[in-house]
Amino acid sequence: MTRSDVQLMLDVKAGDDASFDFLLRKYRSPLVNFLYRMVRDRAMAEDLAQEVFLRVYRARKQYSPSAKFTTWMFRIATNLALNSVRDNRHRRLETSIDAPQSNEQEAAPRELPARERRIDEQLLEQDRCEFIRRAIGALPEKQRVAVLLHKYEEMDYAEIAKILECSESALKSLLFRAYETLRVELAPLVGQQVAVRVPQPTGEGRPL
Amino acid sequence: MKCQEVSKELIGYLDRRANSAQRQQLEEHLLGCAVCRTHAEEFRNLWSVMEEMPTIEPSFGFDARVRQGVAAEPRRRWFAGFVPQPRLALSLAALFALSVWIAKLPQRNTVLTPTTAANESEQFQEIQDLGVLDNYEVLTKLDALSELTPAPVKDSEKAEQN
Repeated sequence: MTRSDVQLMLDVKAGDDASFDFLLRKYRSPLVNFLYRMVRDRAMAEDLAQEVFLRVYRARKQYSPSAKFTTWMFRIATNLALNSVRDNRHRRLETSIDAPQSNEQEAAPRELPARERRIDEQLLEQDRCEFIRRAIGALPEKQRVAVLLHKYEEMDYAEIAKILECSESALKSLLFRAYETLRVELAPLVGQQVAVRVPQPTGEGRPL
Repeated sequence: MKCQEVSKELIGYLDRRANSAQRQQLEEHLLGCAVCRTHAEEFRNLWSVMEEMPTIEPSFGFDARVRQGVAAEPRRRWFAGFVPQPRLALSLAALFALSVWIAKLPQRNTVLTPTTAANESEQFQEIQDLGVLDNYEVLTKLDALSELTPAPVKDSEKAEQN
């Protein structure tokens, strides 16, 4: 008989480490993929996923099955990923401001790190996957989380709304705006010319 | 259904999460609205493009690293149940300190003692001893008291007197 995630977690709470191992094997891949799409760095995604599992383990004694296990776990993952993205953005900003401005550096163009150069090359080569990843990565934080959980983790609206702490109605609007942006950004891949939509008054048969 | 309403329900319709009533309403609208129909088609194409993004597998040592982290976590000992929780211990200590402080406060005699004959005579004696009432004897033998009309004497008492 297969045990539910909640039952597995309650077993972990009771001291059964084998149940934790089962949860680890079940969710390591979705979690690493979700985090990879969030932070766009494999090593960092794995570090964050490891931290998520450790936090789940540490919180086992306080665990109460008030929500789905995945809701709880992905909420932890989302918070960690968003903090990491913000920290990195802040660090990059500090680097650019605090970097010493010598004449030599002003004269020579700033050399891009190898990874960024590779991404640029891939972009030039019209690498489809990177193009998609960048388009998703460019979405506002909440929209990005919503799209990743909806499209790739196939979560239902209620669960995503709980993770993002918003109403289902707000989530639907959020998802629509996110897919609308992606539809425009990824138009070259979709292979269709996307006309710029001008907001129209509502009415039957009018454009969205 | 209006085009603006479609924008909210279109995603649910395309991923087959809308209920049958919503589906029917949307399908009716899409049949009559070419713009929304195109929009829906573009979303379908977008989703198939997004599916091209490959999934990755965690590296070989991922599980081992997590297990190592779990093993490094402090374990719960058998006697842990007897050891008070830090918060509980702190609360109890604070409660004890508060009760000691209250006990050491100077106590006021606010409790009303029942009036008894002994108390009354004691209080009377205290008043009598007060320095302010030096002429207590004068006060008790006031002339005004003698001016009071005497109580009527009954007939039986008169007879006895005679």
